[in-house]
Formats: sequence, structure tokens, C-alpha cells
Amino acid sequence: MDLGPSPQASINPNENAERKATAAGGACSLALTVDARGVSLTFHTRDGEVQALANVDLQISDGDFVSFIGPSGCGKTTLLRVIADLERPTKGTILVNGVTPEQARLRRQYGYIFQAPALYPWRTIERNVMLPLEIMGFDARERRERTERYLKLVNLSGFERKFPWQLSGGMQQRASIARALSFDPALLLMDEPFGALDEIVRDHLNEQLLRLWDQTGKTVVFVTHSIPEAVFLSSKIVVMSPRPGRIIDIIPCDFPRDRTLEIRETPEFLKIAQRVRAGLRSGHSYDE
Amino acid sequence: MTSSALALPRPAWRPAFVAERIPVVVVVAILIVLWYLAAILMNAPQVRDAFERNEVKYTLSDVITGTLSAERPLVPAPHQVVENLVETVFDYPPDSPRSLVYHSWVTLSATAVGFAIGALFGIVLAVLIVHMRTLEKSLLPWIICSQMVPVLALAPIFIVVLGAIGLQGLLPKSIISAYLCFFPIAIGMVKGFTSPDPLQIELMRTWSATPRQVLWKLRWPSAVPYLFASLKVAITISLVGAIVAELPTGGEAGIGARLLAGSYYGQTIQIWAALLASAILASGLLAFRAAR
Repeated sequence: MDLGPSPQASINPNENAERKATAAGGACSLALTVDARGVSLTFHTRDGEVQALANVDLQISDGDFVSFIGPSGCGKTTLLRVIADLERPTKGTILVNGVTPEQARLRRQYGYIFQAPALYPWRTIERNVMLPLEIMGFDARERRERTERYLKLVNLSGFERKFPWQLSGGMQQRASIARALSFDPALLLMDEPFGALDEIVRDHLNEQLLRLWDQTGKTVVFVTHSIPEAVFLSSKIVVMSPRPGRIIDIIPCDFPRDRTLEIRETPEFLKIAQRVRAGLRSGHSYDE
Repeated sequence: MTSSALALPRPAWRPAFVAERIPVVVVVAILIVLWYLAAILMNAPQVRDAFERNEVKYTLSDVITGTLSAERPLVPAPHQVVENLVETVFDYPPDSPRSLVYHSWVTLSATAVGFAIGALFGIVLAVLIVHMRTLEKSLLPWIICSQMVPVLALAPIFIVVLGAIGLQGLLPKSIISAYLCFFPIAIGMVKGFTSPDPLQIELMRTWSATPRQVLWKLRWPSAVPYLFASLKVAITISLVGAIVAELPTGGEAGIGARLLAGSYYGQTIQIWAALLASAILASGLLAFRAAR
């Protein structure tokens, strides 16, 4: 069932730059990467039913950087997994790039980055990045080229022949990002990718991620529980609340795409952070 | 090597090679001493009876020398066993039925073929079990049951049935050997194939990899350490299987046949020599595996 190289979405940074202004408003006239309507998901566990998602409506436009934020158990990871076809919703409809999540997965339209790097320990860094390319049937020359290019992009040139255990946690996570980018999916799904890293490394990777988003015009869906991280990275912040997991606020976050860490000191930044915090708090009081 | 934990520096004149082997040598020495004691104690009544029957006066040292040189002792002394082993290995041409090399070769070839069949069968079984849920439920109990039947009882049945369809010599023995050794490999490989963590499997899913790609690029490499561990167990088991399979064949050739003939004619020394030979073979097989 080798599908060969996946169909590549055309990437035009200029187009995205124009788009940015309107995208934050959630205008539906743009092409939608994710279109979820009334999505609910109930897990059947031994202790009874757990409603992980309740009636979620969400539209993500092409080129958006959307963060899901909320306390643990609010279903943010579950929603990401639904988009990735790692979970199936029990109710509602969801379209990814206009098709079902399963079709999108089979067309290899997204790259998924987990909280842990999940590199294969018997493969070198280089061969880890090559793995999806091998699976998707890229030829050897293309594999080498892309691996070199994306390892350079995440600043890992020179570590090609190292094994994962020889690298620090941050470097391993960067390698896993290079692996997700290697087949150039238009959509990146990131599940708390920097959650296990220290503040300094996290800031650095956040900046790199922003630059990458700015340069490639990819759509990014990013799960986090850090308010500053969400505000700094996103063009749109989705605040979620637990039991049952639902969306309680969608906050546009309209900083320029080439923002730097300094914006974190601006009043606008603090205002948005304040609104996120208020949303999180209201979600909690509803609960208790 | 616990001695290295001591604070005292190791004297320079004692090379590591010697130091590492000291524990082994000590254990072997103790075992040999115990063996001699057992030989003396177990054989003493027999020797004393013989003296008394012939109405010869005897001393304690007479009894002891007697116990260590009896022709058909209850427990042969270590030097008798080694003598017999050396004699049967070196004094006959390797194709003579009196040569232990010949018998070892017969057993070893059955072991090798049985091990190969068993390993292949175990791996294929594990692949099937991992890929088909129903097979796990339907096959696994039978696999476990198969190991609960005493192989000593099964071996003659196998030999007779396979003989009836014209299979004789090496192959029936190998099949019994394979029957025993596929089990640790199948169990080990099922464990190995399911050892990748959920994230690694889900990654494959996000790339929509085919089951075969998941097997070759994820499950197989994850299972390799398990494979080597279970091969190590399996190779000694397959030797035991081959020896057991030789017992009911009527004792033509092989270490099992040698054991059977020895017990037939009360040749205890020959039995012990054959036992020692099989122990040496098993250690050799393990060392061969370890070196690879």
C-alpha cells in the first residue's frame, strides 16, 4: 500500500502573510484546515463513561497557529488526537483539509509531534528523520537531501550519526520535529512538545518554531498548558475546560508573524494573557 | 566480580585474567571434592561386601582405593569419567560407533536442524499471534498445553508415526527437538513484538505505515534483544530434545543412545561420560551463540 510521496500543499509565504490579518478573526471564507462541528467523544472505561469532549465546534484556517490551552483532563490532547485520527469522535463531524481525518491520515497530510521525542533507539538521528521518508517511499537521494535540510533547520547538523541517547532531551525533541517536518506536511500537530524541557530551552525552541511557521506558512495546532507559551506562539488561542472537555473561549492573538520574545513585556501581550487566565479560571469555578 | 569492590588495590602481578577465573576454579574444586566424597561413600558398601565375600582382610585405604577404581561403581569417580571420555574421544576414529565424537556429531546435527526448525516456527507463530487477535486467543492455550505434555511420552509416538510415513533418522529427532525449543522463542518473540511503546506505534499510524512496514521497521528491531535471550534458552532445550528423542529409537547412535546402552549394561562410567559430553556440547553451543 505504498502511496509514494504524499501530495504536497503549495507553500506560499506571501499569501499567508496577507492572510494573517483576517485569519485571526476566524473568517470562514478562507480554506479550512480543520472544521469540527458538534464533536463529542466518550471513553468507556472500567469506572464508567468519561466524556472527554462535549460538543466542540472549532474552525482552523490554513496558516493559523492555534493553541489549545487548559488544565490537564480538559480534552485538549484528545481533540488533537481526533484531528489526527488517533481517536474517533462518538458524535459530530470533523473534516481535515476537507476530508475525514482518516483520509487525511492516509494521505499523510499532517505531522504529529508527541510530548516525548519517541525516537527509535536503534536508529541514528539521521536514520530516525529518514524513517517516515522510507515508509512513504521517497528515493534514497531525496531522503538524504531532506534529512540534511531539516536537521539543519532544527540546528542539529553534525549530530547525524549520533544515537538518541547521546543527545539531550531538547535535542531529541528537535530531532523529532525534524522527523515530522521531513515529509513536508502542511499541518503540524504538536502535543505539548516542549512540556518536558526547561524554561531556557523552551524559549529557544519557541522562537525557532515561530520562525519555522513564519517561513513555511504551515498550519500549526499546538497543545500546551503554559499561558505565556500559548500567547507568544499563537494566532488564535482556544481555552478549554475539563469535565466534560469543552471550548470556553477562542481568543484572537494578532501579533506580527515575526514576533520576538520581547513582545512578552508589552501591554497587549499581558492583556491577552489576562483574558486566557480569566477564561481558565471561569472554567474552573464552573466545575467546583 | 565482587572482589573488585574491596578498597585494597589489586596487586600488579595478578593479572585480571586469573582474578576473574578464581571464583570459577574454586567452585569446580569444591564440586570435585564433593564428588570424590560421594563416590567413596556410595561405593564403600559394595567394595566392603566384595572383600568380605572373598574373606580377605582389608584396611580403610584398601576400601578407598577400591571405591575409586571399581569397574561398575554406583557413582564413578571423576578421574574414571574423564579417562573414559578421553578414551572414547581420542582412541577411536571419529566415524567408529565406539567414538564419542561420532555420537556427539549425530546428536549435534539433530540439535542444529531441530533448533533451526524450532526457531523459524516460533518466530512465524509469534508474527501471526501479534497480527491476529483471534489467533492469540485460539493458539496460545494450545502452545502452552503442548509444553505440559511430557516429551518423554510423546517422543516414541512421534518416532513411530513419522516412521510410518517414511521419515527416519535425523528428521524425527529434529522435529522433537523443534517441538521443545519453539516454545521459548514463540513466547519471547510475542513479548518482543509487543514491546514498542504506544507512542512509537502511533507514530507509524500517523505516517499510515502498512502492517508489514510496522513489522520490519519497528516490531522486529524492538524484538531482537528478546530473540537473542530466547535463542539462548532454546538452544540448550533443543539439545535436550534431541537426546530424549534418541532414547526410544532403539539406541543406534547419538548421546541418548549412548546413555540408554550404558544403563542397559550397567556401564555407569559410560553414562556419566555421555552426560559430561552433553554438558560440554551445551556449553559449547551457548558459547557459540554468545560469541556471535
